[in-house]
Amino acid sequence: MTRHANPTALLALAALSAVVLVWSTPLLWMAIAAFRPQNFGGLDMASLWPDFVPTLDNFAEALDSADFPLLYLNTVLVCLGTLAVQLTTVTLAGYAFARLRFRAKELVFYGFLLQLMLVPPILIVPNLVTITRLGLYDSLLGVMAPYFASAFGVFLMRQTFRTIPKDFEEAAIVDGATWWQLVWRVLVPLARPGMVAFGIVSVVSHWNEFLWPLMVVSTPDNQTLTIGLASFTMGAESASQWGVIAAGTFLVAAPLLAAFALFQRQFVNSFLFSGVK
Amino acid sequence: MVAEIEARVGLPTVLARRSAGRRSQLGRAALLLAPSLVFLAAFTYWPIGQVIGQALTIETFGSDTVGYGLGNFERLLADASFGRALLNNLVYALGTIVPSIAIALALAVGLQDATRFNAGLRTVVFFPVLLPLVAAAALFLFVFLPGIGLLDYYLARLGAGSTNWLGDPDIALWSLIGLTVWKNAGYYMLFFLAGLQAIPLDLYEAARLEGAGAWGRFRRITLPLLGPTLAFVLVIALVNVITQVDHVVVLTKGGPSDSTNLLLFYIYQQAHENYDYGKAAAATVLSVAGLLALSLLSLRTLERGIHYEA
Repeated sequence: MTRHANPTALLALAALSAVVLVWSTPLLWMAIAAFRPQNFGGLDMASLWPDFVPTLDNFAEALDSADFPLLYLNTVLVCLGTLAVQLTTVTLAGYAFARLRFRAKELVFYGFLLQLMLVPPILIVPNLVTITRLGLYDSLLGVMAPYFASAFGVFLMRQTFRTIPKDFEEAAIVDGATWWQLVWRVLVPLARPGMVAFGIVSVVSHWNEFLWPLMVVSTPDNQTLTIGLASFTMGAESASQWGVIAAGTFLVAAPLLAAFALFQRQFVNSFLFSGVK
Repeated sequence: MVAEIEARVGLPTVLARRSAGRRSQLGRAALLLAPSLVFLAAFTYWPIGQVIGQALTIETFGSDTVGYGLGNFERLLADASFGRALLNNLVYALGTIVPSIAIALALAVGLQDATRFNAGLRTVVFFPVLLPLVAAAALFLFVFLPGIGLLDYYLARLGAGSTNWLGDPDIALWSLIGLTVWKNAGYYMLFFLAGLQAIPLDLYEAARLEGAGAWGRFRRITLPLLGPTLAFVLVIALVNVITQVDHVVVLTKGGPSDSTNLLLFYIYQQAHENYDYGKAAAATVLSVAGLLALSLLSLRTLERGIHYEA
């Protein structure tokens, strides 16, 4: 701390604190407003001072006005379903790019890279046609399908396999392991860090996804959390129920924020990999 | 080299299996790549052709599609909303990318020492990254509420009057820019933090011995050595400003009077609200062309960026 004794450093510290203070305010407000009694009067709604007896009324009302259990279920299904298929496609392709020699490898690789730029959101118009033709309109599978291949995941797994020495595989083969023993006993356990990193980034981005589900889903039965939150917010906004909006937002964001608080290091490492989803 | 190891192990069966494997590696690669390629073909490659087709045709009553030449592009370019969306996206890109990268860099440099206090502050700045953009938008409905909202409530204490953050066409886009900077700066900070860790400390030590001040050290050492990270973050940030419009849907729907309409929101609006797929497709074709050009310029950067952490 003695390093901060000079005035420039103190000024820098003050500026940093100011930025962090401003950054924390919206989420701090969410956490406080969600528990603020509704009859508190509208004028002090922005107050960040918790000078009240906390109540769960806002949560009760939020849970009443949207079918949160169903929204959670659909979102979890979308996240896990997407991830399950992705893990299969990206580990296979990642292994091929890391270990096998074949012609036009570089070219194929750049073909994969293309998906980092031409992300599914930009292709919503043509993809809607494809999804409809496949009979997947208004289904969770339709929400998931465009993400089943993941260029980012393939890179991440390629990098992961490159860090695993070939000796392990050779040794297993010498020991007479069958190919599935090789996969399940050697490759999958060694590649687990890469898979976890990819899993975190994938789940976060699909938990948060909005525009594509909004295009594909037409009935409330197939809505995900973000869509539910958007329509719920519009209703609550016209009634000026800010506490209820805070509670609803809290419900949508809480699982990821809690997971982050618990597994911070893992999250940060995954996101460093992520750059592009 | 593999053969060498196997020869040393001296197992002819393994050797045989290996060399057979080498000959058919293309087959095996095809097999392993097939699942990914099927989905890439269906949802990344095919859509490019599909959307060009959509852009060159138009649906008539009774949903027959007929050739329409460049008609959709002509209609698109004649649409003032499209021009406005394009211009807005440019302002939005500059307005979000410059401050969020500057703030991210400043935070990374300021919070790079691994103290408990710094770790706490980094967490605070990173939280918005995990929030769905829709949820951030829902929160900012209140932040931007004129008079009693979070922003006006505290600005009033500093003596400022009430502002119609989302309703004033001159301000609304800047409000969305503020939200985006808040949401993304923490994400970019992570990359800068990682980049900073790769800079050898003795460089700073040497500079200090030569009498370089804090600013001099930043300009002469930190900034040049963060160059690749900066390029990488720039590419991600560019992709983000083109592909994320959830907050526009929730907060402004492109209004008031198209002042917050962005390219992807325009596409969404044409397709999902006006059912004008021809125009939506034409706009998509132009966006795809833009992104492809960007890809060609930055594929190497992206690849390097993905590498440097691993």
